[in-house]
Amino acid sequence: MTLFQISEPDRSPLPHAKRRAVGIDLGTTNSLVATVRDGVAIVLPDDAGRPLVPSVVRYGEHTVEVGYDALAQAADDPHDTIASAKRLMGRGLADVASGQRGAYRFVDGEGVIRMATRSGAKTPIEVSAEILKTLRARAEASLGGAIDGAIVTVPAYFDDAQRQATKDAATLAGVPVLRLLNEPTAAAIAYGLDNAAEGTYAVFDLGGGTFDISILRLTRGVFEVLATNGDSALGGDDFDHAIADWARGESALPALSATDARRLLAKAREAKELLTQHDAAPLVTAFANGTRLELTLSREAFARITQPLVARTLVPVSRALRDAKLAASDIDGVVLVGGATRMPQIRSAVADCFGQEALTDLDPDEVVALGAAIQANKLVGNREGDDWLLLDVIPLSLGIETMGGLVEKIVPRNSTIPVVRAQDFTTFRDGQTAMALHVLQGEREKVTDCRSLARFELRGIPPMTAGAARIRVSFAVDADGLLSVSAREQTTGAEASIAVKPSYGLTDAEIARMLQDSYAHAVDDGAARALAETRVDAQRMVAATESALAADASLLDPRERSAIDHALEDVRRHVDGDDREALSAAMSALNTATEDFAARRMDRGVSRALAGKHVDTLDSR
Amino acid sequence: MIDFSRNHFDLLGLRPGFRIDTEALERAYRDLQRSVHPDNFARASDAQKRLALQASARANEAYRTLRDPVARAEYVLALRGIDAASETDTRLPVDFLTRQLERREAAEEAKEAHDARTLAALIAEVRGEAAGACDEVARLLEAGDPAASVQVREWRFLVKLADDFDAMRVAQLS
Repeated sequence: MTLFQISEPDRSPLPHAKRRAVGIDLGTTNSLVATVRDGVAIVLPDDAGRPLVPSVVRYGEHTVEVGYDALAQAADDPHDTIASAKRLMGRGLADVASGQRGAYRFVDGEGVIRMATRSGAKTPIEVSAEILKTLRARAEASLGGAIDGAIVTVPAYFDDAQRQATKDAATLAGVPVLRLLNEPTAAAIAYGLDNAAEGTYAVFDLGGGTFDISILRLTRGVFEVLATNGDSALGGDDFDHAIADWARGESALPALSATDARRLLAKAREAKELLTQHDAAPLVTAFANGTRLELTLSREAFARITQPLVARTLVPVSRALRDAKLAASDIDGVVLVGGATRMPQIRSAVADCFGQEALTDLDPDEVVALGAAIQANKLVGNREGDDWLLLDVIPLSLGIETMGGLVEKIVPRNSTIPVVRAQDFTTFRDGQTAMALHVLQGEREKVTDCRSLARFELRGIPPMTAGAARIRVSFAVDADGLLSVSAREQTTGAEASIAVKPSYGLTDAEIARMLQDSYAHAVDDGAARALAETRVDAQRMVAATESALAADASLLDPRERSAIDHALEDVRRHVDGDDREALSAAMSALNTATEDFAARRMDRGVSRALAGKHVDTLDSR
Repeated sequence: MIDFSRNHFDLLGLRPGFRIDTEALERAYRDLQRSVHPDNFARASDAQKRLALQASARANEAYRTLRDPVARAEYVLALRGIDAASETDTRLPVDFLTRQLERREAAEEAKEAHDARTLAALIAEVRGEAAGACDEVARLLEAGDPAASVQVREWRFLVKLADDFDAMRVAQLS
């Protein structure tokens, strides 16, 4: 484009191009993408102005629908429409309670969970990758090009397997991850930087399917997480299920088909949301099997049936306070995060627990994505001057299996990350030359009560009497909370190490294959992407031309003006169409039409900038 | 960017010793993390990232050790060549151990009986004794008295006991 952009006199242009950085909140129920624009964090909406993307993916024969379109089909197409995939991340089939399996047709097998769909068996990682792709496309269209760096948030209480699964999903989606960030910490950034707060804060984050509590201390720009706790299988979804169960009991419903069960759940959710503003909500629907549901749920009854769920959030709160060595009264402020914290019974339970009303200045659905965007903006280097710092922790202890099926903890929970910790172990039998190492995460003593993360072997230990060898096992947890383990025999230096690939995750080979598969569809994707990028360029061009005309129309004679107006109209006409070639042609025509105009503006801009300046000021430049 | 051979006190610019200025410790730790934390190297080379991870982990280790008074006392002893934290050397006076065993039984009974008040009283009692042990350790360490080693072990034992009782109290609530 030949319309040169000229900055105002005495205002230097940007020293370097701004890098495109986004924060992504990959939620159980809804996902969002945010960025920092003109110094302010904003959520990027879709064409219809909707900020959220429902975390729902529908697999058709040859198509994949994501978000509202998929959600609309959820009831009619329950087997092939996957919702709440986040609850299955990093999990094996045995981890999923039968009541929570929904309508999905799980594929039997070891390792990572797979669900049968029309377009083949899908892992929760692939489902999440579809959501991330949608968010990436939205960001790229809005920011006008490829993303330079993204921060993807995870529940603070996610274990290593769940974190690794999230990172793998981002890799599949082509999202360049700068770092994983804990959701409550992201929320604290959004609040802390807004309010320049100092003190000790509790972030109470009840999302669609996960619950986190983090206790943070904010001191002169340092966000230090003192303790975190939670329940990675408790969220707003469970309140929907409680309402649905109540409705089944109240009206003695017969067994429901998958479609009807989804419909009931959708109605339950509507009722839940209504009860935030109203004292009672109707639960009325007609099922495909002919039965009708007609109930009214009062706010009191809702509070009563969900009381056990509310109580379940308070246990992690007291544990986190204990680990932080604080009392509830030491907390200076409580931040509520997650759509589920809109429920009045949650708000009053939190207020009772901490003896104060919670802060709710920021939208609980958006605050995590906003905080992640602010941090991403910093990490890509758009804000050199700012130097706030995040010091986060690992939520669950990491250890090694020892004799008798017990776990020896090597890195205790709530250790500040990154952390590197080593411990020496020895052999059990005389002449033992190999050692099987089993890496676990959890707080319990027994192996069977902890999560198995990985197994590997150290070989080449010189034969010695039992107890003589010294095997140093080192754990390193990076700033993402991801673990790698190495073992080394101290006398010979025999070494084995493993970047922990969780038992319930994808292997590198599987990820490579999935990426390969996605290139097969890349022709379609590529065309759509090129069109989106051209549109963004066109919109920017139209805006620039309009502002040039507004400022310097006097430089044009009527004939020139009419030619530019004509070319401008042509671009506007093609910008919403699907014909990229035509749009490109219109853009070059506009370029040609404005060539002389741009040159004249340049001359005028230069003479304006020089006006009134002394010669020596110019020389010194 | 960080000299890994320096001891924790040196790394954080503090005079080695049990009594420290905790505010100076926190300030020094935050300043160190501000320069070495991996978030400052998000776009750097892999080698630099690895170095940042090591340095930041080292800073965390130093801070964790010096912030916790028991770990700090053990570290001061370790710098003097005395291994008070060793698992193989857990000798404690028999009368001390007997007294703690009785307390543990009392705590278990209180837990069974849902007697929160007795449990709370036990926690307060053990914590009070731990505070006394802390003062004694400080005095012995300053005097260079070798008895500091046993006193630190008793202190650690009491702190752990109080934590265990507190865990019982929290478990009872939930």
